[in-house]
Amino acid sequence: MYKTPDGKEIFVLDGHTHFWDGSPENQSNVHGKQFIDCFYAYHTNLSPPEHLWEKARFEKYSEDDIYRDLFVDGPDDMAIIQTTVLRDFYKNGFGCLERSTDMARRHPERFIVNGSFDPRDGEKALEYIHYMKENFDIQGVKMYTAEWNGGSKGWALNDPAAYKCFELCEKLGIKNIHVHKGPTIIPLSKDAFSVDDVDYAATDFQNLNWIVEHCGLPRLDDFCWIAVQETNVYAGLAVALPFIHARPRYFAEVIAELLFWVGEDKILFGSDYAIWTPGWLVDKFWNFQIPDDIAQERGVQLTDEIKEKILGLNAARLYGIDVEAKKKQLSGAPVQIAAE
Amino acid sequence: MLIANLMAERELDVWDCLSAVSDPELDEPITDMNFVERVEVSDDMEVRVEFRLPTYWCSPNFAFLMAFGIRAEVTALPWVRGVTVHLKDHCLGDDVNDGVNSGRSFHEIFAENCDGAALGEVVEKFMAKAFDRRQEVMLLGLKAMGRSVEEIVAMPLATLKRVRFTGEEELRQLPRYLDILAVRGLASAEEDPAFPTWQGGRIAPDDLVAHLGRLRSTRINMEFNGALCRGLAKTRYKEVEIGADGPTLVDFMAGRVPPRQATGARR
Repeated sequence: MYKTPDGKEIFVLDGHTHFWDGSPENQSNVHGKQFIDCFYAYHTNLSPPEHLWEKARFEKYSEDDIYRDLFVDGPDDMAIIQTTVLRDFYKNGFGCLERSTDMARRHPERFIVNGSFDPRDGEKALEYIHYMKENFDIQGVKMYTAEWNGGSKGWALNDPAAYKCFELCEKLGIKNIHVHKGPTIIPLSKDAFSVDDVDYAATDFQNLNWIVEHCGLPRLDDFCWIAVQETNVYAGLAVALPFIHARPRYFAEVIAELLFWVGEDKILFGSDYAIWTPGWLVDKFWNFQIPDDIAQERGVQLTDEIKEKILGLNAARLYGIDVEAKKKQLSGAPVQIAAE
Repeated sequence: MLIANLMAERELDVWDCLSAVSDPELDEPITDMNFVERVEVSDDMEVRVEFRLPTYWCSPNFAFLMAFGIRAEVTALPWVRGVTVHLKDHCLGDDVNDGVNSGRSFHEIFAENCDGAALGEVVEKFMAKAFDRRQEVMLLGLKAMGRSVEEIVAMPLATLKRVRFTGEEELRQLPRYLDILAVRGLASAEEDPAFPTWQGGRIAPDDLVAHLGRLRSTRINMEFNGALCRGLAKTRYKEVEIGADGPTLVDFMAGRVPPRQATGARR
């Protein structure tokens, strides 16, 4: 719950968080090391100095850490944990459905844990989707198209094998597909960060919601063009939002573009925890105004009502959460750190 | 001392020519982005250039383009006898380094890494974005000078060349805009319209606002990526080792000498 300066209580659903183990003990190779190092560079580059973490804590944090950072020190009411396995890079996986679910079991009213699959596994991917639905009742999945898998260095959402998986997701009611575009490496003749495949997949699967994390960055412009045509495409704010501290004017331009093209009902807050913590992000976002010249050029506003939608109401709609009932439930179970 | 001066001059020669190599994604010189970490000139005029991108995962096709761009620019210096280009800490670094230093052509190396396909699609896409960004600077500059919409969309190339811009960004981008017009064959004669679309069409006066809206999206995306890359590069470059004799002139030029108080406070 975020309390505004004038005392209003804002429901916060953090749409993009992780519970990872990137520690050296879990790394399989140099790629595993470089992956967490890259995350750490994002963290050190865009966090305010007083929110910087030591490297070792960043590599692997505890169940108490995530609970405290999101719900005690942070304003989140609920958080969606995304799964990113990276099994070619990490011995036991980077962010796993099983490990996250174990952690979330302590506070099931606050967490939604999403699954993940790799369409390149063929039949096994389909079996795995059944397994995730039956054992974890997942409502969404995180797709990382840049994941390496043996000789393959990436895949596209409109690959035939991926379509088979999405057909199954639709059938089983796994409706929310979070997409993270990392650099797909081969073939080199293609744009490694292309978001074109989102366009195809969103057109062909109208009943699924396509939440493009990092609002398509580094292809924000291409993404905006796609999102304006597809009613089931959403923008996740992770990575864009931290610029609110380091480069507030850039952030203003980005949020103005998103409001203009994508619209206030389809933008979702995400802290990308533990790259960033939601406390400072939400506080700065609530107190942020788009400078007049930018607001006028694009003809958009970032009102309190719009901020409330972005911080929680939009994601609550996608995940079928009755916000008033949830607020009541949570007020009966105030946050506390469990005794060790 | 004389020899030392000569070598320093040659190093600066190399740094100068490297500014002609741009990051395709950002349309900014790799030297401005601080991607080049080290330039060495040996006694027998062999040049070694080391560069590093903001992350291990930066687009490999762009890494290839920049590596071959470095090779081409340095080779073109008259005194250079040989060039080694070294991309550090990149997921496809070995392939890039083997390719660029093999002496074989760019297209040959590149085709090996993409099932024989040419680089056309991705180069085209990023040239179009570079065009958008450069053209927007010119159009906004003219609007700010009070030129009318009709005058702008009908302006011939000769007139644009004579406009006395004063803004830093307009002065920087004018030659770059003229260059892309010429390279692309969009405008080269004095009477050619200075503001064609990327497809070679004309902009109707009523369409200028919408046209600028689209260019704006391209620019915001590129600036955002540029800011991200600069920040990540800065974070990564903290690891750079300064030589035993302390930083030299090029270390300062490359912006890799950390501010004094920051050295003790590193986490």
